Amino acid sequence: MHYVSQILPSLISGTGMTLSIFFWTLIVSVPLGILVGLGMITRFKPLTWLINIYVWLMRGTPLLLQLIFVFYGLPIIGIVFNRYDAALFAFILNYTAYFAEIFRGGLQAIPVGQYESARVLRLTKWQTLRKIVIPQVVKIVLPSIGNEVINLVKDSSLVYVIGLGDLLRAGNVAMARDVTLVPMLLVGVIYLLLTAVCTLVLKRLEKHYSYWR
Amino acid sequence: MLELKGITKKFDGKTILDKVNLTVNDGQILTIVGPSGAGKTTLLRCISGLEMVDGGQFLLDGQAFDPATNRDNDAVIGVVFQDFQLFPNLTVLQNVVLAPIMVLKKSTADAEQEARTLLDRLNLGGKADLFPYELSGGQKQRVAIVRALAMHPKLLCYDEPTSALDPDLRREVEEIILKLKREGMTQIVVTHDMPFAESIADQMLRVEPKE
Repeated sequence: MHYVSQILPSLISGTGMTLSIFFWTLIVSVPLGILVGLGMITRFKPLTWLINIYVWLMRGTPLLLQLIFVFYGLPIIGIVFNRYDAALFAFILNYTAYFAEIFRGGLQAIPVGQYESARVLRLTKWQTLRKIVIPQVVKIVLPSIGNEVINLVKDSSLVYVIGLGDLLRAGNVAMARDVTLVPMLLVGVIYLLLTAVCTLVLKRLEKHYSYWR
Repeated sequence: MLELKGITKKFDGKTILDKVNLTVNDGQILTIVGPSGAGKTTLLRCISGLEMVDGGQFLLDGQAFDPATNRDNDAVIGVVFQDFQLFPNLTVLQNVVLAPIMVLKKSTADAEQEARTLLDRLNLGGKADLFPYELSGGQKQRVAIVRALAMHPKLLCYDEPTSALDPDLRREVEEIILKLKREGMTQIVVTHDMPFAESIADQMLRVEPKE
């Protein structure tokens, strides 16, 4: 117990980094994902091609590799990020692609008849999107988004590769120093707590949207 | 009064509607009948502006107008879809008042009051706060009619209004359509149900498949 209280402060400060990456990625990627998802279903072909290439790159290569490229690769062409910004940039790029794919699927699940019925009622495209399409899409995509949110909690541990001190790295340091698995056990418990909170929030959200079918 | 002059519609070079002429007088009911694939629904979609025509002209009260681009709120053409297409995320009342508030810029209080009056008239009193999934097919259809009426359309179009309903509900639709006629509504009804078409029509248009 004494040992636990000794290493807990460093683990908690690592959790801070994990949470910061988590929240900022989510806050930026979800709205961006909606926009990019909308871009995927427009009739303007050059835009959809561009987006498809972007999504293919982001989903087709490991996030770890993308982190390395952003931090060590981009400076070659003169774009220099500090460690934290590089991590956020890579995470936002990567997660936006996944969210965009999810939102595209959700948008395509809305029957054409809904758009037509809005159109004969003289609603504008923006009004249709805001009042009819988006609320229905949110309900459809919530379970898939939830999956990605849980993944993001754990994926954030990849930032160790560019030298950021997150939760896993804090545990790793303590483990190497004290030659014991106890820090990693605690790390596991903390991740479980974080994902448990996410799961709870997502369940609440799904319940909130269950008032209609 | 709605007039169609030489309305032509093609899909991929195939002519679906070939120079259709017709006139619907105010307060009358036109039924469009014919076998499936003959272009009944296409004609209705052209009239309601969901399809662009490839030729011909529409006149509304003698004025040329293009349903596909018209945004004049005094020349709304209401549509009751075959599968109703109510908005599932909104209550009955919200379905009805959405467009009057957002498009006609009515106050919420005015729009709701008018919606409730219309709902009562179509025996939907007490259903205002339900969601579409809680309604029967016949009730959904009546909500769709009320939603269209709330926009004060010049003309109300129905696509196969009896097809999604139990046979015994056919009379109910018939009564609603005739009731709206007595109130002066001009209506166009696409149907393959001949007895139904005959019992409501002032005028009947037969559409035949093109070769």
